[in-house]
Amino acid sequence: MSKALTLEMVDGIAVLTFDLKNESINKFSPAVIEEFTAMIEQLDKDTSVKGAVLISGKPGTFIAGADIDQFLEFKTAKDAQTASAFGHAMMTRIEKGRVPVVAAIEGACLGGGLEFALACAYRIAADTPKTVLALPEVQLGLIPGAGGTQRLPRRVGLQVALDMILTGKNVRAKKALQTALVDELVHPSILRSVAIQRAKELAAGSIQRNEDDRKHGAKEILLDDNPIGRTVVFRQAREMTQKKSKGHYPALFAAIDAVQASFSGTPEQGFAEEARLFGEMAMTSVCKELMFLFYATTSLKKDAGIGADVQPRKIDRIAVLGTGFMGAGIASITVPQGVPVRFKDTAPAQVAKGIAAVRDVLKDKLIKRQVTRQQFDDQMSLVSGTTEYTGFARLPMVIEAVFEDLSVKHKVIAEAEAVLPPDAIFATNTSTIPITKIAAGSKRPAQVIGMHFFSPVHKMPLLEVIVTPQTAPEVTATVVDFGRKIGKTVIIVNDAPGFYVNRILAPYVNEAGLLLDEGVAIDAIDKAMGQFGFPVGPINLIDEVGLDIAGKSGGIMAEAFGGRMTPSTALQKVLSAGRLGRKGKSGFYTYDEKGKRGDVDESVYQLYAGGTKRITVERSDIQRRLSLAMVNEAARCLEEGIIKSARDGDIGAVFGIGFPPFRGGPFRHMDAVGLAEVVKQLEALNAKNPGRFVPAKILVEMARDGKRFYPAAGKPV
Amino acid sequence: MPIYEPGRRVAIIAGVRTPFAKAGTTLRALSAIELGKIAVSELVHRTNLDPKTLDLLVFGTVIPNVVAPNIAREIALMPLLPKGVDAFSVSRACASANQAITDAADQIALGHADIAIAGGSESLSTVPILHSRGFSDTLVAASKAKTIGQRVQAFSKLRGKDFIPITPAIAEPTTGESMGQSAEKMAKINGITREAQDELTLASHMNAAKGTKDGRLTAEIVPVVAGPKYEAVTDDNIIRPDTTLEALAALRPVFDKRYGSITAGNASPLTDGAAAVLLMREDVAKALGFTPTAYIRSYAYAALDPGEQLLQAPVLAAPKALQRAGLTLKDMDLVEMHEAFAAQVLSNLKGFESKEWAARAGLSAPLGEVDRAKLNVMGGSVSIGHPFGATGARITTTLVNELARRGGQFGLMTVCAAGGLGFSMVVERA
Repeated sequence: MSKALTLEMVDGIAVLTFDLKNESINKFSPAVIEEFTAMIEQLDKDTSVKGAVLISGKPGTFIAGADIDQFLEFKTAKDAQTASAFGHAMMTRIEKGRVPVVAAIEGACLGGGLEFALACAYRIAADTPKTVLALPEVQLGLIPGAGGTQRLPRRVGLQVALDMILTGKNVRAKKALQTALVDELVHPSILRSVAIQRAKELAAGSIQRNEDDRKHGAKEILLDDNPIGRTVVFRQAREMTQKKSKGHYPALFAAIDAVQASFSGTPEQGFAEEARLFGEMAMTSVCKELMFLFYATTSLKKDAGIGADVQPRKIDRIAVLGTGFMGAGIASITVPQGVPVRFKDTAPAQVAKGIAAVRDVLKDKLIKRQVTRQQFDDQMSLVSGTTEYTGFARLPMVIEAVFEDLSVKHKVIAEAEAVLPPDAIFATNTSTIPITKIAAGSKRPAQVIGMHFFSPVHKMPLLEVIVTPQTAPEVTATVVDFGRKIGKTVIIVNDAPGFYVNRILAPYVNEAGLLLDEGVAIDAIDKAMGQFGFPVGPINLIDEVGLDIAGKSGGIMAEAFGGRMTPSTALQKVLSAGRLGRKGKSGFYTYDEKGKRGDVDESVYQLYAGGTKRITVERSDIQRRLSLAMVNEAARCLEEGIIKSARDGDIGAVFGIGFPPFRGGPFRHMDAVGLAEVVKQLEALNAKNPGRFVPAKILVEMARDGKRFYPAAGKPV
Repeated sequence: MPIYEPGRRVAIIAGVRTPFAKAGTTLRALSAIELGKIAVSELVHRTNLDPKTLDLLVFGTVIPNVVAPNIAREIALMPLLPKGVDAFSVSRACASANQAITDAADQIALGHADIAIAGGSESLSTVPILHSRGFSDTLVAASKAKTIGQRVQAFSKLRGKDFIPITPAIAEPTTGESMGQSAEKMAKINGITREAQDELTLASHMNAAKGTKDGRLTAEIVPVVAGPKYEAVTDDNIIRPDTTLEALAALRPVFDKRYGSITAGNASPLTDGAAAVLLMREDVAKALGFTPTAYIRSYAYAALDPGEQLLQAPVLAAPKALQRAGLTLKDMDLVEMHEAFAAQVLSNLKGFESKEWAARAGLSAPLGEVDRAKLNVMGGSVSIGHPFGATGARITTTLVNELARRGGQFGLMTVCAAGGLGFSMVVERA
């Protein structure tokens, strides 16, 4: 058996160091749980042991949670339920054992790690930025299965507990102390010695195990601490969850049920209910797809598809050409990494606008207390600007975010190359112009690459890195590395019109426009796709992006791909009427002064043949037409080698468009529906709408051969 | 005879400053530290300096922030620079930035540093307001009190006058004379007329306006984005291209309403701003591929009794600097003289021509007359403004840039300072 724990006796206190061999982090597997259980039994028997401390041997991690590979082994809900009960047994053993255990927490204390800490008699956190505590199970479509839903409300109160469990958010060390999640906060260098001291005091009885040290103010007494108040809290939690999740995430409700169970029967019944619900959730398709996304993003980080022997260069400063919305957005996520950003624009007023826009983003973080005043000042001090390309001579990279016009792009590329060092990377943040065309204006096309950010940059997680046949692998590796450094999920895409994300979005949005042409109501379309799981409906999305931009990009796509992307007349008519969408406070929807969206603007229908008289189409038909248009195009992108793998295609769609995460992405979705069925449905649609729904060749072939994009069981990637 | 050995001369590579703004206007939201950071950061960017190669940052300020007195260190701690950059602050009234520059230059010449940034910063929009002695004594006593009774007793000693706050005055602590009063006195002693002062003031504004219009001054400025509107502040806002002798003549004397000649027009105004220069040893510049704009040939400081003529010490400093440079006033292609007051500039110029002042400086003959065509050719502190701690670095930058543009060889700079102090430097075009 692997020895994850080492024991050292200090004055009658057993100091256990958890250091999982051959792993970068500590996590609970069945073997580790067995070892923990055996260890605590051994200590309990040894009367010379008065108390115990558990501390991590891994820098930056206390315990990161359960080893989720084991979850893939679950065949039935019963399997998962049994695993949960196994964890419960160990936790209860620790909680009820003769020897009091102190959790000395430095670094990530997540999921099962926090559930372990909650079972201990006392918790001390090290005051470091890496010390975070969370129960992130719902992010995997699960609920805490090792007693978290039962013990956490006892520690921090019902409201705080529900917030942590339903969001899975990280609680930093200071906040953990405030909410009584931990009993003490100390400097990391005295964590061990204080923990030993507290273990001695617990053994001597001078402090009690799990003393209630949370706040009992009016709010807590009224809501947390009595059955009527709790009923109110549970009701509100369910209402809020229904509203936020639109019912797509059953684990959220299961988590509420489990927490509620902790207040109704015996503790044993509560644990049993948690195990049962955990088992039930482990079998949901939502859980499978969210687990897939976890594995997919992890594998993407390890291998983006560049080749292992290519080393990225270090980017220690950048320039951003163009201080518009995108340029400022890029700067606002770069300076927090300590990387100086030099803006270049045509006039000081433009530069100032960019700096002010960066400030707005960072100021928001300051107000939300995500950064300190000092960090805010430091980050702002890294933004500078020029109108004359000064300060470019040592830059390793520039990102161009100027007006979407090829001649403008060629102009700035020539200007920049005149002042940049010869090995500087020129990245372009175009969303419509092929990178190859931009690179044609460069003296050094091997150093030209696309970085397609999504708007708003500081919120959207995806970055498409677009390479041309000429782009040097080292340049790609450097840009991917930089993209990750500034917090993006990065996929590598080959150069082609629309790249990947906009390419698959085009037929989807266009299909929505065609439905409008046919006479379907705006809100019927948006509601259907909202129910499918998209965060915003396609018509709403056009308003957000701007009708001019959507129209332009639609034109480019039609030119490149012809027939199946022939634009609808609906969009063009509304655009011609001078409606630009949200930015113009006039589009398919109504907007108030501040740009807040209201209801569908019925006057739009005047522009259409049918007027306000709209026809009804089955919701499932709308969903089928739009979703199939998108996934079929995604399959074409894989077929054409625009994306390297189904994995990249799924991640791109989920993180770039908001393709419903509980469906895993276009390729996961096609696997779930079955490729034969997808082809069948496409063919049926194509019969009615000739040319638009011709199934991608790859789909036809894979369906014929009975293939899938991902294995049916085991690790998905 | 330059003061630094050949091959180890100290080169001035470049300088940058913020716009200079009348206190309480466009830059009022920024502290001296923030202004300093902007100037230093831009200097690093514009010169393409690798921050890792910077050894030292020296900064001057006159009214320091009491909670962050070492302004140089606060600036050096911005994330653009490595934490290992040494930093200290200096105080020599209006010549503080000059002190910063000469200290940094000496460290470079000694080989203690290779590359340094020196400059100064001042925010007169954000001067600290102090409690009276009585009030602060009470607060200290109250903080030591152990019982509520003792605390009440401590506060019971407060008197009405203790509540009057103290603002730092621009006055000599020893003589009680304000800067304006001193200048007024100098005008009378040296027989400087109101007309002569207004003429010099007009010339200052016209030269500054010209330098702004043709971009020579603007090139030295980094636009600043400051609250509350967060729009670009690109220009100095004190220069008045449209001012006239008549307009200046219409202003009333401030310090001596009856017989005085110093007005708000012919004095330098309270100003916010920062300026910095990049210095490195000649050999280092060569090795790293930097092109020096000028070299420091010599400098000197001098002092006299502040009760006499407070701002006349440049007359004693300039001969020393010229002597150390092995040059005469005639060798100078440009002269930059800090304009605290037009009356002070004219008094200093008169001193240059005076036998008495020559004798006091230990010279057998006066320094001579300054060719007005070479004097403050891009304006001075009266028109551009005078953030105390920053002015020396502004003048240095303008002098070396203009010397290079004109293809001249030598430039002289003088700065008068409170306390009866004076500074002078001779620079040589690279």
